[in-house]
Amino acid sequence: MSDIKPQSAQDVCDALADAKRDGVRVEIRGGGSKALIGAPRDVRVISLAAITGVVDYDPAELVLTVRAGTPLAEIEALVASERQMLAFEPFDHGPIFGEASGKATIGGVIAAGVAGSGRVTAGSARDHLLGFTAVSGRAETFVAGGKVVKNVTGFDLSKLFAGSWGRLGAITELTVKVLPRPRVSATLAIEGLDCRASCSAMASALGSHAEVSAAARHPDGTTLFRVTGFEPSVEARCAMLPQLLGGHGAMERIDPTVADALWRDAGTGVSLHGEVLWCLHVPPGRTPEIIEKIEPLGARWSLDWGGGRIWAAVDSDAAPVRAIAQAAGGQAMLIRAPSEMRSTLSAHHPRPSGVAALEARVRRAFDPDSLFETERFLGEETTDAD
Amino acid sequence: MSITMPVPDIATLQKREAIIAAMRAIVPGDGVIDEIDALRPYESDGLTAYRQPPMLVVLPDTVEQVSAVLRWCHSEGVKVVPRGSGTSLSGGALPLADAVLLGMGKFKKVIEIDYDERIAIVQPGVTNLAITQAVEGRGFYYAPDPSSQIACSIGGNVAENSGGVHCLKYGLTTNNVLGVELVLMDGEIVRLGGRHLDPAGLDLLGVVVGSEGLLGVVTEVTVRILPKPQTARAILLGFPDAERAGACVAQVIAEGIIPAGMEMMDKPAIHAAEAFVKVGYPLDVGALLIVELDGPAAECDHLIEEIDRIAAENGALTRRVSNNEQERLAFWAGRKAAFPAVGRLAPDYYCMDGTIPRRRLPDVLRRMEELSTHYGLGVANVFHAGDGNLHPLILYDANQPGQLDKAEEFGNDILRLCVEVGGVLTGEHGVGVEKRDLMPEMFSETDLNQQQRLKCAFDPLLLLNPGKVFPRLHRCAELGRVHVHGGQLRFPDIPRF
Ligand SMILES: Cc1cc2nc3c(=O)[nH]c(=O)nc-3n(C[C@H](O)[C@H](O)[C@H](O)COP(=O)(O)OP(=O)(O)OC[C@H]3O[C@@H](n4cnc5c(N)ncnc54)[C@H](O)[C@@H]3O)c2cc1C
Ligand SMILES: Cc1cc2nc3c(=O)[nH]c(=O)nc-3n(C[C@H](O)[C@H](O)[C@H](O)COP(=O)(O)OP(=O)(O)OC[C@H]3O[C@@H](n4cnc5c(N)ncnc54)[C@H](O)[C@@H]3O)c2cc1C
Repeated sequence: MSDIKPQSAQDVCDALADAKRDGVRVEIRGGGSKALIGAPRDVRVISLAAITGVVDYDPAELVLTVRAGTPLAEIEALVASERQMLAFEPFDHGPIFGEASGKATIGGVIAAGVAGSGRVTAGSARDHLLGFTAVSGRAETFVAGGKVVKNVTGFDLSKLFAGSWGRLGAITELTVKVLPRPRVSATLAIEGLDCRASCSAMASALGSHAEVSAAARHPDGTTLFRVTGFEPSVEARCAMLPQLLGGHGAMERIDPTVADALWRDAGTGVSLHGEVLWCLHVPPGRTPEIIEKIEPLGARWSLDWGGGRIWAAVDSDAAPVRAIAQAAGGQAMLIRAPSEMRSTLSAHHPRPSGVAALEARVRRAFDPDSLFETERFLGEETTDAD
Repeated sequence: MSITMPVPDIATLQKREAIIAAMRAIVPGDGVIDEIDALRPYESDGLTAYRQPPMLVVLPDTVEQVSAVLRWCHSEGVKVVPRGSGTSLSGGALPLADAVLLGMGKFKKVIEIDYDERIAIVQPGVTNLAITQAVEGRGFYYAPDPSSQIACSIGGNVAENSGGVHCLKYGLTTNNVLGVELVLMDGEIVRLGGRHLDPAGLDLLGVVVGSEGLLGVVTEVTVRILPKPQTARAILLGFPDAERAGACVAQVIAEGIIPAGMEMMDKPAIHAAEAFVKVGYPLDVGALLIVELDGPAAECDHLIEEIDRIAAENGALTRRVSNNEQERLAFWAGRKAAFPAVGRLAPDYYCMDGTIPRRRLPDVLRRMEELSTHYGLGVANVFHAGDGNLHPLILYDANQPGQLDKAEEFGNDILRLCVEVGGVLTGEHGVGVEKRDLMPEMFSETDLNQQQRLKCAFDPLLLLNPGKVFPRLHRCAELGRVHVHGGQLRFPDIPRF
């Protein structure tokens, strides 16, 4: 089916009213960098890629209002020019699917709830979305939240829309919190720790007053610690860490130009080759036992968020990974897989029936006619509210 | 009081005895309170201008009891108002004459602490401060720190998404909660989130936090705990006026510094605080800033110097750095006592809670002064300067006829002003009953209806905490009605069914 590319927020509203009238299901798309996530489907795509532009940016207020289709890369360049950043460290999924980066839009990363290694201390997309304008499945434009960093007026719909995967409405404009970019970012590394030792070192570091802002384990076995801030503070904390973690082995400071690539590989799963790529969110204390169970399946893996996020690539028989994650109190999202597998295994980890039913009722509250219920997210679209 | 609550349902009032009996069957012992005198202590929360004794109070101590109470009330059409410690400043826990007040005060257990995963699992009646006390022996703390932290419950914090002076750096409750166990109005028990970050599916936890007791009753909370910073230092800065203090705050942030706390007080607040606690605040300044830095000593020392320089560049008249813990606490003593201190200036005060873009501060303070003259009521301001959250304290005397109404009018005008300059009605205290009727200042009918549809997904009979947050509760069936949209076919060349 063909794509529709609205040129204005009003167009988005009209396009959804059309779909509603026609009884057609639609997929909201940003850059389409994550289009390969979820089951194959043939639907009308409404692309937000032309709804672009910065509406308001006042660095001193720490807020940025933009239209949803604005490329992530453009926003990152803009805030970098003011020595600020999006502290949830969104990343572009294009490369995971062997595509060029640069397609991801701010609306897409927010709607997909994407966050990088800094998430463990700085929060995710959900924690940085302050407010938005969207068109619901009723083809009604509404606003939620606000444009200031502190606000509890009304239900916090921003949390709900971050990570909603385009299933509640099309975000046309959004306000995010921005934060100062740290002056200095240092990376310390310990080589050769097995999973258990690595997790223990990361837990000690994250629980220490050295204020580590991220901790990950690279697929090659290097455990990484990030220390950010003003120079005197970074130096003091870098001096502290080897003492705190002495028992785990020698610590080495990594050259910043090398460090970026290491963090990208550890934090986004991009360097894990294999047909099937999973992203597991788990209680970090259970990570060693999960790794022990997925290694025999041939999994290549990396850890992020102090062990709370596992990227795992496997070649075949993917189903056990999800069961292993669940048995350990965690969840597994199917990021990359052949289309037959995506037709049978849902991208998102299934929820218990009570929560699934509540989610379905919430979706109907925004989308009464199931406009956004494509076959992309298997097993969810049939759960209908009463 | 100018806000009208839903008209009590006569049929419910008439079956009060049967309701009491049913509740006693679920919650044995002293868990059901029905004598008029014993109900009095529950008649208001921290917003004492509003009072209403509840029909009865139920104090369960297990999740099964909570579930059974809600299921019974659901099937009988009886309303329920959840309550934690009753410190809400917006009337969120205000009882209704025809509702069960469900007190969560008996849920006092710390269930589990895991230092490796840096989480604590607690029952909702545990106080905010008790969480920190449970983990501080191992060098940890729970970051959100509302001034009411010795009294307020974590369940109430979740419901209000409470903040504190440290939330600029460490976030509000929502950023520090990983999961809850929630009982829906029909008695169903669900778990949202848990021990790990970013669970699959819609972020229902995210909307439950800050839902002011309208979506479900929280029976367990998993929070993140953080390692206690090694040191903390504060600097006390006096400026000739709020303009220059505001410019200093803007420059601090522009230079990339996010202090642990950054609080401003205006002249009336400074004088009131100094008269009350005598900590040596300068009295010849128009605005006072307290900036706190925390982290390793090297960081605090470096940033204190930077802030001292920035303050000097912005015309600070007084600059005092804390050199020990005693001095740091003294700087805070006045700010922390600001509410009671201002309370001494008049028989009553009314605490407001709007947020504005920080750059509009001088403007807003000027207009607030005009309003103060107009209403003939004094106002003192304390301000979370880093994030633009204003707490104007309006002085009045409830015993003077008409003054409470005037104070409320004044407060409403301040909040309208906040919205007018691009801010919001409430930064941390919640809408409750207090700001309920001002919601249309910020949201259109469409926006509010969309929020209410979310309420309907959780509580379609609208039995949980009605009369709060929404100026008008529409029946859910009415909201669900599908609109017939007009409009043009905009993309006629698309293949159609
Ligand atoms: C390797 C890899 C890892 C990933 N890891 C994660 C992860 O950890 N967490 C995660 O959440 N996602 C993850 N994703 C998913 C992801 O698909 C993207 O890379 C990205 O952030 C999308 O930006 P985009 O503009 O290309 O969005 P798209 O791919 O176009 O859209 C992403 C989603 O957002 C919705 N959407 C887009 N724009 C809007 C809008 N304006 N309003 C409403 N909805 C909209 C779409 O319907 C879609 O569901 C991962 C993807 C890959 C490839
Ligand atoms: C002196 C003083 C200073 C304060 N300072 C601050 C401050 O600095 N920052 C700040 O943010 N707030 C502050 N507050 C406001 C108040 O303390 C907070 O809103 C607090 O979170 C309320 O908690 P509580 O346990 O007292 O809840 P209550 O007042 O009992 O209830 C508040 C709301 O939560 C709901 N609720 C309570 N428990 C539950 C539950 N278990 N499940 C579902 N819903 C529930 C109630 O229905 C009600 O809507 C202050 C209050 C006072 C009196």
